[in-house]
Amino acid sequence: MNGYNKLQRMILVILMMVSVSVSAAGGSKLMHMDVDLSNQTSLQRGAKTFVNYCLSCHSAAFMRYNRMGKDLGISDDVLKANFMFGTDKAGDTMTIAMRQSDSNKFFGVTPPDLSVVARSRGADWLYSYFKTFYVDESRPFGVNNLTFKDVGMPHVLWQLQGMQRLTKSDHDDAIHHIPTFEDLELISPGTQSEKEYDRTIRDLVNFMVYLGEPIKLKRTKIGVWVMVYLFILLIITYLLKKEYWRDVH
Amino acid sequence: MDNSNVDKSRRRFLTAAATVVGGVGTVAGAVPFIATMAPSEKTKAVGAPVEIDISKLQPGERIIEEWQGKPVWVLRRTKEMLEDISTQADVVSDPASDSSAQPEYAKNEYRARKGEYLVVLGVCTHLGCAPKFIQKGMDDSVSAEKGGFSCPCHGSRFDLAGRVFKGVPAPTNLVVPPYKFLSPSRLLVGDDSEAV
Amino acid sequence: MANIEKQVVEGLTGLRDWVDARFPLVKSWNEHLAKYYAPKNFNFWYFFGSLALLVLVIQILTGIWLTMNYKPSAEGAFASVEYIMRDVEWGWFIRYMHSTGASAFFVVIFLHMFRTLLYGSYKKPRELLWLSGMALYLVIMGEAFFGYLLPWGQMSYWGAKVIISLFGALPIIGPDLAEWIRGDFVVSDVTLNRFFALHVIAFPLLILGLVGFHILALHEVGSNNPDGVEIKKNKNAEGIPLDGIPFHPYYTVKDIFGVVVFLIFFFAVVFFTPEMGGYFLEHANFTPADPFTTPAHIAPVWYFTPFYAILRAVPDKLGGVIAMGLAVNIFLLLPWLDRSPVKSIRYRGMNYRIALTAFVISFVSLGWLGMQGVTPLYTWMARFFSVVYFSFFLLMPFYTAFDNDKAVPDRVTDK
Repeated sequence: MNGYNKLQRMILVILMMVSVSVSAAGGSKLMHMDVDLSNQTSLQRGAKTFVNYCLSCHSAAFMRYNRMGKDLGISDDVLKANFMFGTDKAGDTMTIAMRQSDSNKFFGVTPPDLSVVARSRGADWLYSYFKTFYVDESRPFGVNNLTFKDVGMPHVLWQLQGMQRLTKSDHDDAIHHIPTFEDLELISPGTQSEKEYDRTIRDLVNFMVYLGEPIKLKRTKIGVWVMVYLFILLIITYLLKKEYWRDVH
Repeated sequence: MDNSNVDKSRRRFLTAAATVVGGVGTVAGAVPFIATMAPSEKTKAVGAPVEIDISKLQPGERIIEEWQGKPVWVLRRTKEMLEDISTQADVVSDPASDSSAQPEYAKNEYRARKGEYLVVLGVCTHLGCAPKFIQKGMDDSVSAEKGGFSCPCHGSRFDLAGRVFKGVPAPTNLVVPPYKFLSPSRLLVGDDSEAV
Repeated sequence: MANIEKQVVEGLTGLRDWVDARFPLVKSWNEHLAKYYAPKNFNFWYFFGSLALLVLVIQILTGIWLTMNYKPSAEGAFASVEYIMRDVEWGWFIRYMHSTGASAFFVVIFLHMFRTLLYGSYKKPRELLWLSGMALYLVIMGEAFFGYLLPWGQMSYWGAKVIISLFGALPIIGPDLAEWIRGDFVVSDVTLNRFFALHVIAFPLLILGLVGFHILALHEVGSNNPDGVEIKKNKNAEGIPLDGIPFHPYYTVKDIFGVVVFLIFFFAVVFFTPEMGGYFLEHANFTPADPFTTPAHIAPVWYFTPFYAILRAVPDKLGGVIAMGLAVNIFLLLPWLDRSPVKSIRYRGMNYRIALTAFVISFVSLGWLGMQGVTPLYTWMARFFSVVYFSFFLLMPFYTAFDNDKAVPDRVTDK
């Protein structure tokens, strides 16, 4: 029995063990959402939310309006009417008018550009973030966030979600308890029900994932064709190899 | 190694098949590399049509704006200038602009939509230098006595309709870009689509 | 039609002869392809040399195209990468091929080197082949390190900061050396620009030169094979090795098939999962470099993690640097550490088989540990596996000298 077959098998087992343990160690303190970029209406709604609530302080400097319009099926006229407030050129990028010096004064920190935040933080993080704001009088804007502790951002979407608070703060053992999502409870309702707000956030996160990598909508489709081609080529080159190697065997 | 039972035709067929299919893939793979060198979205956005305000432009004056990185001249011609243009037909190489570049609405004697306003790219059709604006009577060479444009690099000269004179290095008239009037005082250069 | 075909062939033959009278065209073709005899029993492990060459070509082509749009300045770098991803037609495709190619390079090279350990391809007379290969490995690690700074993300910046400060740990010359590498007091725009020059021009030229040397050295002695039998020992009347076959057409046709298999995996990653779960494109690198905020978890890219784990296992800063350097460079000594007269693992005794298995387990484990944060358990494990790792080499003169090797056949086997 050749030694290297045993080795190969052992390596495979190790790799499997490693990959399982790595995925388990990922950290489970985030709420999970399934990203769906095939739902164009969801992306359009998310774009609307983003433009209305985020774009006043955050830029998305790497995204052009006309690219977004083309990818999401929004015509130039609708773009200009509903999505473009700072410019009238569809080829422009989604930058904001607020100066860095002003934002530093208002918020203590410059609101970061959001173009690729979905790639650095991940969809689950964003999803959790938008859902875990709660009242905290000690903070400058009166809110804190379970996903992003001591965040400098106000709860921009509070009118939609309503306001939450942490229930355990009334208990004696509050100091030792690490709050989780279950400890959040709604104390004043917003204009949207929990289900509606959840949908709004899913749309927004879907959009932000698209924002992070616009080509994601198309690259898997191209990839399928490339795989089909390569498998055809695989068969032909295999037959060619076998044909020539008749000489050798 | 045994070469005796070689099926040459099968070998040839498979080699040809592999070459053709592989070749298709190679060409398809080369396409992105070639396409990627075309102007990017940023370049196209920067090269987008540009609006020019001509409300303050006086008769006989010329302003210089920029479109796609190139100088665009807007010259507001006086009645005298327009009359002078009519006299130049025999000293210019291409009086009817047959071999020059302009949209069909500029293929006329004044090379413009409205005779009063000349819109041209300020790029000499010889090798690309920027010609100077010569007012009538400024240059004492005969062919420029009616005014026009004179290129400092190799001496090419153009009349006040941008038409190139005979006997100069430049081969064709100054290029007229696509443009349209958004209103009597606003031009849009780079876009001549028929809209409002 | 046949007449035209005949004329075309005649014309091409004439052209070939014209060139051949002025340049060793036919001679090179024969010496290195049509009449270069390679063992006929190459298996799976022998695909990776040609695949390494393929990946090099991919990296050079995609690299050139990336530099058409990339801006090597602290101010412009991150934005220029996003510009390539969004505004440049097919830019995303070229970028993903380059990032996937970088990781693919190391997968291929690790497997290529592992073949060497399996079949003793580093032994006499192939020591120089091995050393040039090791030189290539070191240069490619440097190339990857310089390249990783270029996107100017958080991981780029802090990874570079950490690795350069390792050089600062060297006694006496350390701090000056680190400053000289950076060209500044901290990793900055100056560092980025020079790493760009090294990554795009200096090291690729070095790699090309070393690859040429590596292939020439190979063709001088001829390939080893899975049985470790020297095929040149048994030649026929014409001087052709009995167990050899001409590289062209047999291995050209086989390697083309290998290329297609590789491309299936490669493009599956490029089109379906270019980030590879954060291993090929790290999540933290989508945040622009910020000298004032350290990411929660700095880890080098996956292909450096085994050595990083060894570095962290040693409690002393300089000791760790020395251990890490030794871990990489000790491979150079293999031809002289291995005392067994037998090349291939097929005929080696249990000692070597156990040792190699233990080495593989420790290498993979160290690789995983290098990605994790520091805990007492992980530190203990890293130390344990580092000992195993070094023992593979340091004890080799002993366990290979007293091993129950089997008889090596005279001719290759048909396995």
